[in-house]
Amino acid sequence: MIDPVLASRLQFALTTIVHIVFPVLTMGLAPFLIYFTWKDIRTGEAIYEQLRRFWTRIFAVSFAIGTVTGLVLEFEFGTNFAAFSTTAGDLFGGPLALEGLLAFMLEATFLGVFVFGRERVGNALYMLSAIAVGVGTWLSAVWILIANSWMQTPRGYELAREGGQPIVTLVDPIAAYANPRFPWMFVHMQNAAVESVALFMAGVGAYYVFRHHVWGYSIENVRFWEATLKYGLIALVVTAPLQVIHGDLYARHVFETQPQKFAAMEAVWETDAYVPEYIVAFPTDVNDLLDPKAKDIFGIGIPGGASWLASGGDPQAVIQGLEEFPGPQPPVAIVFWSFRVMVALGFWFVLLAFWGGFRWWRGDLLTDDLLHKALMLSAPLGIVAVELGWIVTEVGRQPWVIQGVMRTRDGVSPGLTGGEAALTLAGFAVVYTGIFVVHTYVLYRIIRAGPPAVGGDESSDTDRPASTDGPTGAGEGGG
Amino acid sequence: MYKRQGLLFFLLATFLFLDGFDFGVGALFATRDDPAEREQFLTAIGPFWDGNEVWLVVFGGTLFATFPPVYATLFSRHYLLMFAILGALILRGMAPELYEQRHDEAWRRWWGRSFVVGSLTAPFFLGVFVAHWLFGETALVSLPGLVVGLTVVALTIVDGAAFLRLKTRGALRDDLRTDALLSLGAYLVLLVLTLGLLYASPTIRPALLSVPAVALVLLTIVLAAVYGVATRADRYYVAFGAAAGLVFALVAVVAVLLYPELDPVTGLTVEDAVVSTIPLNLMTIGMAILLPLIFVYFAVLYSAFSGPAEEGEGY
Ligand code: HDD
Ligand code: HEM
Ligand code: HEM
Repeated sequence: MIDPVLASRLQFALTTIVHIVFPVLTMGLAPFLIYFTWKDIRTGEAIYEQLRRFWTRIFAVSFAIGTVTGLVLEFEFGTNFAAFSTTAGDLFGGPLALEGLLAFMLEATFLGVFVFGRERVGNALYMLSAIAVGVGTWLSAVWILIANSWMQTPRGYELAREGGQPIVTLVDPIAAYANPRFPWMFVHMQNAAVESVALFMAGVGAYYVFRHHVWGYSIENVRFWEATLKYGLIALVVTAPLQVIHGDLYARHVFETQPQKFAAMEAVWETDAYVPEYIVAFPTDVNDLLDPKAKDIFGIGIPGGASWLASGGDPQAVIQGLEEFPGPQPPVAIVFWSFRVMVALGFWFVLLAFWGGFRWWRGDLLTDDLLHKALMLSAPLGIVAVELGWIVTEVGRQPWVIQGVMRTRDGVSPGLTGGEAALTLAGFAVVYTGIFVVHTYVLYRIIRAGPPAVGGDESSDTDRPASTDGPTGAGEGGG
Repeated sequence: MYKRQGLLFFLLATFLFLDGFDFGVGALFATRDDPAEREQFLTAIGPFWDGNEVWLVVFGGTLFATFPPVYATLFSRHYLLMFAILGALILRGMAPELYEQRHDEAWRRWWGRSFVVGSLTAPFFLGVFVAHWLFGETALVSLPGLVVGLTVVALTIVDGAAFLRLKTRGALRDDLRTDALLSLGAYLVLLVLTLGLLYASPTIRPALLSVPAVALVLLTIVLAAVYGVATRADRYYVAFGAAAGLVFALVAVVAVLLYPELDPVTGLTVEDAVVSTIPLNLMTIGMAILLPLIFVYFAVLYSAFSGPAEEGEGY
């Protein structure tokens, strides 16, 4: 029979990996929507109304799916990780409850006004609802990340045992909630969300700009797509370098607080100084391919790079090897490769940002077809990087579910059978694939339909059909 | 201490009342085949349902934050049932949003069905869950589960019909009078069956015969009468208020029957299960500040969309 521990872990992994896509979209879109709404109200220009309405549609669909997939996670702590929930309830339940009360309530009620209420409420209340939705999405990240960062760097608690079950008691809420990991995680996550949406916007905009300016097709609403590309690019220029700089400093903090995770990120087995940063690494002996501890490695590495990352600038710094930590180790290959690819993507996004910024400055942003292609291909890669970063964070923490306090395998519900867990895991595999496909399809349709036609439409400077009953007709506008 | 238990059931009842009318609208959606009427039903709940569902998140979060062992044992013991509830909520939650995305027949039939099935099964499984909690039942299917599940479904239709009568006008509104009265009848029949099952259980009977439980049953009879009369007399707000009362009364009965325990199977009481003082006080402060604020949000939302649902609004 399937191990309930393994099935629960896989199920949690699958359900969070799917969930996070939607909050990334909504959290990343929030600042854009606030800006578009403000400009729309202040200037009354058609382009801003189009930007607001088009991206609100994408926001609304993503939000609905974020809600249903998030609800699943909230239940899973109880269904699959009952022992963990009992142990950590003192600390862990509070942030989740506050997330609901403080963030989701704000977000979900004002979203009703924001999505359906443009004709019903005045400008001030409408603007307020855009801000409330945006603030709500970001606040929900605050609370969920407090919960998660406490699992990485637990503070402010006392540990006792009640009948064999460890019980955590909250003694210092400030130390626990403002634990050392939290500020790192919040900044890295929120910047990643904006960066991912920036890439998405730039990629979508680039597609239409490419078709029009490079291939010469006549496209409706060309100005709208150019604006989309430009807003995406502006946000990318700001967020991409920040993410890389912040990530470097963040790695050092991980080294200090979770040395075992850092050793897994760098695949360092034996404690050493002047450790290189491998960009790729392969065992030289075929027999070693399946041996995670292979010593004879051929790799392309930056000498002293990993030591440099860990210490914040000293290539001679000593890194503790994995063999120094007693007990099981995290699956090194997953952590090592996820970290590598995330970092590589981070640098790629910086390159894209500079490239795009340079072309814009030179005045050929709209005609550089290679840039357009690179942007199109990169549209989903921000989200890929987010997933990889989370895999580093969560898999790298193994075998602990709460670092140094509770092992993952001790956190699983005691009564759960392998059959039940496998059944729901299989169910999620099917349902979530469906959800993912439907969401992608709906995004595709929304993008293909383009922005809604709005009154006094100066933005559509190319051959629009005379009537509005084309694919962009007002009837498509939902509601 | 027992105020926390009261608060918890208050959150559950608020969820069941607010999202209850969304579920009811979903059930009544099945009885209409005119596309314009269906559209109107969706428009009626469009701005509200997401906010309403958050009360479930808050109920779950508060149970976790105040009584973690109860949250953990209850949810893991009813493992498959919890995922059935989630599956139903996924269908219901995705459907209204996706229904609007395409206008062709096949697409709308599929998401319309998903909306109906989700809206019927979500309250049903929730009812099964509450019954199993109360009766200490651990099997997947049981007679009390079935009866209470159907009772909750009927109640959500009572609730939904009253809500739709606020949101529609003309012939549709008159039509819905019949739906409202029929569902009220069904609810009362099922409630009698539920009470019979409760009476038949030797462990629950004494609590059922206690003063608060009897008073709540009497209150239910009065509220049902008010609902019926108000519906016939087209006093829409009175009927809607009575529907709210019916939901709160039913959840209060559950709370009274459980008291002083929180989980009959493990015998966990409020004292056994409650978290330590610091997190408890933090939750109290949080609730005291945030609940009034949340009522303001809901007031803003519901007043912005008061009156009949109009088509073609939106982004
Ligand atoms: C657009 C997405 C994105 C990009 C380009 C990067 N990251 Fe990242 N990274 C994330 C998105 C992300 C994330 C998904 O948001 C994580 C998961 C948890 C967290 O706080 O952020 C993360 C985690 C994460 C961690 C693990 C933290 C932990 O265990 O708690 C480290 C050390 C880094 N990142 C470092 C970097 C470096 C050095 C980068 C580039 C040079 C980089 N990240 C680019
Ligand atoms: C949304 C972004 C997240 C992703 C993609 C993610 C991913 C994962 C993955 C891949 C695992 C499996 C690790 C393993 O078993 O080897 C896991 C486990 C887990 N995560 Fe996350 N996670 C995310 C956020 C969170 C947050 C915010 C929390 C807490 C509030 C959390 C709590 C847990 C728990 C309790 C487990 C199960 C125990 C374990 O395997 O460690 N996760 N997650
Ligand atoms: C594994 C832990 C997680 C749990 C238990 C969880 C729980 C939830 C729940 C219950 C909802 C639905 C709320 C509603 O009804 O409106 C939700 C939505 C949301 N979650 Fe998560 N979540 C997790 C991970 C994350 C992470 C890591 C983030 C971001 C940093 C995040 C951000 C959001 C946001 C912004 C929403 C609003 C819906 C949306 O924008 O798509 N969640 N989550």
